[in-house]
Amino acid sequence: MAVRAEAKPVVVTSRPRDGFQWLVGAVATAVPALLVVIVLTLLQQAMPAIQHYGPRFLVNTDWNPVTESFGALPAIFGTVFTAFLALVFAVPVGIAVAVVLAEPSHTTLRGFVGTGIELLAAIPSVVYGIWALYVLAPWSYEHIEVPISDHLGFIGWLGSPAPRGLFSASLVLAVMVLPTLTAISRDVIKAVPRGLKENAVALGATWWETTWRVILPSARAGIFGATILALGRALGETIAVTMVIGNAYVIPHSIFQPAYTLASVIANEFTEATGTLYPAALIELGLVLILVTLVVNVLALLLVRSSTREARLTA
Amino acid sequence: MNRNQRRSYVSRWWLGLMYALTLLALVPLGLVLWFTIVKGLPSVIHPQFFFNSELPPCEPRCPLVSEAGVSHAIVGTGIMVGIASLMAIPIGVLGGIYLSEYRVAPWSNWVRLASDVLVGTPSIAIGLFAYAFLVVPFHHFSAFSGSVALAVLMLPIIIRTTEGAVALIPNGLRESGLALGLPRWRVSLQLILPAAAPGVITGALLSVARAAGETAPLLFTAFGAHILEVDPTGPMQALPVTVFKYALLPYKSLQNQAWGAALVLIIMVLGINLISRWILRRQIALAGQL
Repeated sequence: MAVRAEAKPVVVTSRPRDGFQWLVGAVATAVPALLVVIVLTLLQQAMPAIQHYGPRFLVNTDWNPVTESFGALPAIFGTVFTAFLALVFAVPVGIAVAVVLAEPSHTTLRGFVGTGIELLAAIPSVVYGIWALYVLAPWSYEHIEVPISDHLGFIGWLGSPAPRGLFSASLVLAVMVLPTLTAISRDVIKAVPRGLKENAVALGATWWETTWRVILPSARAGIFGATILALGRALGETIAVTMVIGNAYVIPHSIFQPAYTLASVIANEFTEATGTLYPAALIELGLVLILVTLVVNVLALLLVRSSTREARLTA
Repeated sequence: MNRNQRRSYVSRWWLGLMYALTLLALVPLGLVLWFTIVKGLPSVIHPQFFFNSELPPCEPRCPLVSEAGVSHAIVGTGIMVGIASLMAIPIGVLGGIYLSEYRVAPWSNWVRLASDVLVGTPSIAIGLFAYAFLVVPFHHFSAFSGSVALAVLMLPIIIRTTEGAVALIPNGLRESGLALGLPRWRVSLQLILPAAAPGVITGALLSVARAAGETAPLLFTAFGAHILEVDPTGPMQALPVTVFKYALLPYKSLQNQAWGAALVLIIMVLGINLISRWILRRQIALAGQL
């Protein structure tokens, strides 16, 4: 008679539930509860605008407090565009740093780079903002935007450079999401089983062949997750973007032109918003932002969790 | 050049490129630090900067030594982050103990996911929440509502770092406590927590550093003030808000103040970070010896 292998492994639970577990469990429940309460509060506050404009709000391009005609499309466009452009800049660099940091050699260099990236994550957003406003944006205007538009300006969306705009905002965002991207990609790359790498090396693969054909493909899902997580951070970043994006509520015709993001509109206008519909419309922008980042974050976390058991997600 | 030489050459070329990109990643860090120090230092070296509060812009005839300062912002940041810590740290530490000590409980997975999602929630949305919750009902801006927004930001960081620190404690300690007949709460709070204290403190410090640098959630909760305010039920200034507001004004004297405030902020935040990372390394080294 064949031995049936369906006996479940014995899970050793320490003890039946006690009062302490209920207490700390209840305290910990504050976190999911907060998340729900935040979304519901924004929903309730945005209600006047939701009822007044309906789904048109998402596709309307107007933003006129005087006539109370509000639409979110330019802000949604600016938010998504800057975040994606930032990822285009940040992902190659982020993966390269992660590969270097996951490499077991060069301990001193790794310590130095690792600390540097951690400090990059610690710098407050507003400091990036003032730096971007007075240093990065003027520099990129003079040395990147003007040359590009001189040579490629005949392509409409690469013309008409401006000192503040989508492009400058994307550059500073790229710097700001780099630590998230790097920390999680590094953990994912480190979680690739050692055996895979050793097999490749034993077969005579060079360092690059091992990295490109073995390590990166096995870490693909996790790196994708890290990218999505960085996307979530870029979508929600407020202050630094507000300082350099130029604050123009339009869908610009060129990537160098001023635009607006969901978070910047709120940061700039909320304290001055009067009446019922104007603040409600701003809060509806916040609601759109938080719902999008929620979906993006959950997706990213599931992807990253599938590839590392213990990824450090608070980095 | 034969095939193997070419492969080796290609490999080295890519390795070089990876290292070059890594160095490129550190360039912004150097530039941010450099410009903040160079542009902020002239404001910061005057003692008035730390003792006085805001003055109207002095353009075009500024005194040789600016009399304006950011004392009100430094005090405001301290008060607001302090109140936020009082709220977030106890909840966060208990929550972290739950996640680590009862990690088999199905509910803990949801709490973990919610914490990770809350870390990534845009801070401006949390500001809107605090506004709706604590500013609208009382009809005026208050530092307390800002503290609540900051506490919401700090909470998930504290929970996750506490969880990590408690998980580092070897099971032997837990088992010996239980074997002596101690109830779970005494094991967790009187044995595990003190042993994990350095890691827990690290998490708390990191969250303090994060909260001290946040601007977005304070814009329409604490709002800002021009003079020294210590009453948490009224509006209050904070360092990041000072940087944000002054930097965008067309007055050179106020822009210099903004750079000075940015320098103070960055020294505070990076200082806290470096200290806490040093504590954490010692904790990991100690745990390795157990």
